[in-house]
Amino acid sequence: MKKVFSRPKSLKRIPFHYCPGCGHSLLHRIIGEVIDEMNLQDRIIGIPPAGCAVLAYFYFDIDMGEASHGRGAALATGMKRALPDRVVFTYQGDGDIAAIGTAETIHAASRGENFSTIFVNNGVYGMTGGQMAPTTILGQKTTTSPGGRKEKRDGLPINLSEMLAIAKGSAFIERTAVNSPANILRTKKAIAKAFRVQLEGYGFSLVEVLSPCPTNWKMEPVEACRWVDEVMAVHFPLGVLKDVTGDKKDDH
Amino acid sequence: MRGNHVLAEAAVRAGCRFYFGYPITPQNEVPEYMSERLSKVEGGVFIQAESEVASIHMVIGASMTGGRAMTSSSGPGISLKQEGISFLSALELPAVIVNMSRGGPGLGNIAPAQSDYFQATRGGGHGDYRTIVLAPNSCQELANLTYGAFDLADKYRTPVVILGDGMLGQMMEPVELPPEVQIKKLPHKDWTLTGAKGRPSRFIRSLILDPFEEEEHNWKLMRKYERIIKEEVKWETAFADDAKLMVVAFGIAARIAKGAIKRMRDEGLKVGLIRPISLWPFPYKAIKELTKKVRHFFVFEMNMGQMIEDVKLAVEGNGEVHFYGRPGGIILTPLEISRVISSYYYQKRIG
Repeated sequence: MKKVFSRPKSLKRIPFHYCPGCGHSLLHRIIGEVIDEMNLQDRIIGIPPAGCAVLAYFYFDIDMGEASHGRGAALATGMKRALPDRVVFTYQGDGDIAAIGTAETIHAASRGENFSTIFVNNGVYGMTGGQMAPTTILGQKTTTSPGGRKEKRDGLPINLSEMLAIAKGSAFIERTAVNSPANILRTKKAIAKAFRVQLEGYGFSLVEVLSPCPTNWKMEPVEACRWVDEVMAVHFPLGVLKDVTGDKKDDH
Repeated sequence: MRGNHVLAEAAVRAGCRFYFGYPITPQNEVPEYMSERLSKVEGGVFIQAESEVASIHMVIGASMTGGRAMTSSSGPGISLKQEGISFLSALELPAVIVNMSRGGPGLGNIAPAQSDYFQATRGGGHGDYRTIVLAPNSCQELANLTYGAFDLADKYRTPVVILGDGMLGQMMEPVELPPEVQIKKLPHKDWTLTGAKGRPSRFIRSLILDPFEEEEHNWKLMRKYERIIKEEVKWETAFADDAKLMVVAFGIAARIAKGAIKRMRDEGLKVGLIRPISLWPFPYKAIKELTKKVRHFFVFEMNMGQMIEDVKLAVEGNGEVHFYGRPGGIILTPLEISRVISSYYYQKRIG
């Protein structure tokens, strides 16, 4: 009998701790599959963040080095420059990359550092209990934006990926989501492309993944998936924001 | 050679291939030298980072791969690096961090001062940790201690701080430089992240959620620090044999004090010098030992009195500890110090 589905080799046999309906588990799996399919397990190094995905090193069966909050891009810079023939990726949430780590990320992209970033955007600080994030959209309720985010009080959300696309050193930026089978497949392709962009030495690559957080959004998982499409993706439109490789838009 | 150049060259000769920095006076000659020097060395990496925070985390990244990595700065920049120093300690990663300190607090100024003693020896970062702190007082010692700092960092898997000051970084002295190490001959590191080829995957982390595991990690670090205390204390004495008063000073202040002591010796005053070279581990025992013969300790620092706390801890009440210091980047002359110490000497009727 032909085996058509199994656990990726590059994931350890440890159950995820993530909440039901959380996008991290899906994303871990997709990354694991990409690592397997691209045969990278013995030459990839991952950099997990502070935040919900901090324990990623328990799940990935690859070398991993934990970064402090927001410093993933700096750490990846040091690592990739030291080992230019390895594949290095950071895994960062929205608070991590778009608030405390904005400087590190923008400068790494501007320098054209040749590593990849998986940017998980769920619009809240998940691990600390659902506070307002730089990507919390206007009107969205969080524990620190009671009554919903207001422009005058809380400021406007940041579209970091668009900012990074302007950076001359960035090579590939795409925004996807993990709220439907089609979007999951698209995310997988985007991650594979980001790694390929790195392998071919084009420079900084990033995939922003809109990811449901039913626990902190106070929604049922199905409702959260729908909310990604109907509300979140309006503010953070899906698609390729930058691609210097010359591939056709849907090639990857 | 200029102190900052000496330091940079000694680092490269010690096998440092990864330098990440950010401009700040009075240490700019270090990144300037490194940018040129490392571009000519195989595998050399120099990055002028966007901030001191970024540069220390680049050090972490390079150190995780097993490379010898360094960053340098001065007071305000070292404050920003404290996050990374805490992480380096927790992650048990070797690294060398240079502080060519200046007047503070805040922006302060760019003149030589020793106001970062507390920050260096107590750790400005969070958590229970220690860093080895070395305080050279000449360009030659700057070369030797920097060179040795990389071995210490690797040996104990811990960050090592070189605490100099603006004067040391800027002054020029003839120096005999140590030979270049063969990087391939350095001891193998069995913990690095290089991609899990032909071995199980590894991870390096500092988040330990279980309090019992975190406690064990803290004890593990503590046992390491105890080994360092046992094996790595460095100090130097001068004119100590018949001294009735011992001056305690570190770094460039000790150099100035030595001039003052020579002057006082010429006048027949029995004054000696003990100079802690490792500020952590501090030579508590050596100073305690001195209390058997000496009752008077005169601490001289280019700050408002920081190391004096360690001297008092060392003396344990078995002697009088007096202090003189000037903060703010004032450079004292040996004459000024000799006058202050002599007047104390005569007041206390030591002679």
